[in-house]
Amino acid sequence: MAIKDYIRERFFPHLWCPGCGHGIVMNGMLHAIEKLGMSRNEIVMVSGIGCSSRISCYVDFHTLHTIHGRALAFATGVKLGLPELNVIVPMGDGDALAIGGNHFIHAARRNIDITAIVMNNRVYGMTGGQFSPLSGYGTKATTAPYKNIDHDFDIAQLAMAAGASFVARTTAYHVKQMTDIIRKAILHEGFSVVEILTQCPTYFGRKNKLGDAAEMMEWFKDFTTPIGSKAKKENDDLIERGIFVQKEIPEYCEEYDKIIEHAMKGS
Amino acid sequence: MDKNIRFIQGNEVCVEGALYAGLDFFAGYPITPSTEIAEHLSSRLPRKGGKFIQMEDEIASMCAIIGASLTGKKVMTATSGPGFSLKQEALGYAIMTEIPCVIVNVQRGGPSTGLPTSVAQGDVMQARWGTHGDHAMIVLTASNHQDVFAITVEAFNLAETYRTPVVLLFDEVVGHMREKLVIPEPGVIPLVERLHTSVKDGVDYHPYLPREDGRLPMSDFGGVHRYNVTGLFHDMWGFPSSKPEIVQGLHRHLVDKIRNNVNQIMRYKEYYLDDAECVLISYGSSARSALHVVEQRRPRGERLGLLELQTLWPFPYQMIKDKCKHAKYVLVVEMNAGQVLRAVKRAVGDPERVFLANRVDGVFITPTDIRNILRIIMGKGA
Ligand code: SF4
Repeated sequence: MAIKDYIRERFFPHLWCPGCGHGIVMNGMLHAIEKLGMSRNEIVMVSGIGCSSRISCYVDFHTLHTIHGRALAFATGVKLGLPELNVIVPMGDGDALAIGGNHFIHAARRNIDITAIVMNNRVYGMTGGQFSPLSGYGTKATTAPYKNIDHDFDIAQLAMAAGASFVARTTAYHVKQMTDIIRKAILHEGFSVVEILTQCPTYFGRKNKLGDAAEMMEWFKDFTTPIGSKAKKENDDLIERGIFVQKEIPEYCEEYDKIIEHAMKGS
Repeated sequence: MDKNIRFIQGNEVCVEGALYAGLDFFAGYPITPSTEIAEHLSSRLPRKGGKFIQMEDEIASMCAIIGASLTGKKVMTATSGPGFSLKQEALGYAIMTEIPCVIVNVQRGGPSTGLPTSVAQGDVMQARWGTHGDHAMIVLTASNHQDVFAITVEAFNLAETYRTPVVLLFDEVVGHMREKLVIPEPGVIPLVERLHTSVKDGVDYHPYLPREDGRLPMSDFGGVHRYNVTGLFHDMWGFPSSKPEIVQGLHRHLVDKIRNNVNQIMRYKEYYLDDAECVLISYGSSARSALHVVEQRRPRGERLGLLELQTLWPFPYQMIKDKCKHAKYVLVVEMNAGQVLRAVKRAVGDPERVFLANRVDGVFITPTDIRNILRIIMGKGA
C-alpha cells in the first residue's frame, strides 16, 4: 500500500509549525508500517494531548485521541480488549513522562504489547514553550525565564528499569534508523519504547538559541552516536542511539489468556 | 436449595447484575468500600472469557474501560469518593466521545479521605457536575439487593441506548449489607446490546452523525471502518473542529439526548402515595429507613407515603411535582447536607413545605431520626 493511503489527506493541512520534527516522525512511522505490509484495519493509534499527539488524527487507522498523559491507559484497554490489534502510541515528552509518567512505568512493568513512541523535543509546544521534565538543567523556557533548575531523566534508562522489553533511541535526523527501529518495535511482542529526539524550533530552539530546524537537526547528528561507539568512549557527553534492549519476556495479554484457560477449567 | 437464591453483599449483587448484563471487561483500583466488586470480578470474569485488570491508579482504570469499550466490549469500573474525583476528567471524555461504560461509586463519607468505612450520600451533585463543562448525566441508585441487581442491568442498557457513561451511585450500607437476592433466569430482564452500523465496507461511515431517532450506531475498533475519536469538539467523522455551528450542534446533541428522554430514563418506586399527606422522598439505603417509618405509621392511620428515586439524574422534576401535588409536607431523607433536597425544592414550586431529615456524621440514618423530624414538622406521632 502506498504511504499516501495511510494518510487522511482530507484533514490536512496539519497544525505543525514549519520545521517541526513531528512530521518527520510520522513519515518514519508510516514507512515502517508500510514495510511491514500491515493492513490499516489492524492498527490502532492512541495518543494523548500535545503537538505530537495530533499524529493520530492524520493517519488512516483506528485512531483514539485521548486526554493529556493517559494514552497508555486507554491503549491498555484497547489492547486487552482485542489483543490481535497492533497498538501504537505516539507521545510527547511531557505527555509521556510528566503527567503520564505513572502509566508509562506501569505499562512497561506489565510488558503489554504496545509500541510507545516518545517524541522528545524537551518542551511543551502546544501550550507555548514551558519546560518539560526532559528540558534539562540550565535550559530556558517560558516558565523558566532565568534558567531551569529541574534535572531531566533518561527515558531509555527509565523504561529499562521499569521493565520494558524493547528500548531504543533515535533522532529526527536519522530517518532511516528511525524507520528501522520503529519497524522492529512494532514487531516486538511486549512493551516497546522508542525515544526520538525531535526539534521544536518554535519554542525549545528559539528560547535556547539553537538556531533553525536544520541547525537543530545538525545538532542531533553531531551530538549523538551509535550505542557503544568509540566516540562515546572518548566523549561521554554524546547521546547514544540504537537499540538498548530487546528481550523475550512473557507478554501481558498472552499471560491473561492463560489465566482465562485456567479459570475456565476450574468453573 | 434453588441455586438462583443467594445471600450476599450488595457489592457482589452489583457484580451479579453486571455479569447478567453481559459485562466482559473491568478495570479497577482498590478502594474502600467498593473493593469487593473488583475482587469478585477478578475471579468471575476470566471464567466466562472476560477480562479483569487492576490498573496503576483510578484514572487509568477509567481510561482502560473506555479503550476496551471501543473494541465492542461491555465495560465497568468501580470506585468510591476519592477515586470518583480522580476519574472525572476521563468520565467527561466518555461523555464527549459517546462511549458506553458503567462507573460504580459506592459512596463513603467525604470530602477528601473523609470516612472510608462509613456511609454517606454526599456525591449526588458530584455525579451530576463532577466533570467540567456543560453535559448531561445518567445517575442511578437502589436501596435493596433485588433492585441493585436490576438497576445494574439497567445501567448497562442505558449506556448502550444513549451511548453514554452511566453512574451507579450506591452507598456503603447497600454495598456491605447482606440480604437475599434471587437471580433472574437469563432473558427475564431484557438486555440492550451494542448497536452496530449497517454501513458497508468502502462506504463513508459517519461515527458521529446521529440517526433520526438520535441514536449513533457504532463500529468497533478493528472493524472495516476507521475513524477518529477525540475529546475535542468534532465533526461527524470525529475530526476536531471549532466551527461554531459544529460546536453548538454537538453540545446540543450531548445534552438533549439525555434531557429529552427523562421519562424513558426515569426509574422510581412509590409506596402509599395516593392519599399521602406527607411524602417522604429518599433513595439508596436511606430509603430503607424511610420505608420502615411509612409502613409502621400507616396502620395507625397516619397518611405517610414514600417516593423512592432510582434515577437521580436526569432529575425527574415533573414527576416529583406531580406526586407531591396534594401533599401538605414533603420530607427528603438523605445522608448529606441536602443535595437532593435542593432539587426537590425546585421541583415542587413552593419550597416552604419541603423539609430535610438527614445525617452527615457517618452514622446510618434510622427510622427514629426520621420520626424525630416528622414530629417537629407535623406536630404529632411519637
Ligand atoms: S510548537 Fe514546536 S512541537 Fe509544536 S508544532 Fe510547533 S515546532 Fe512542533
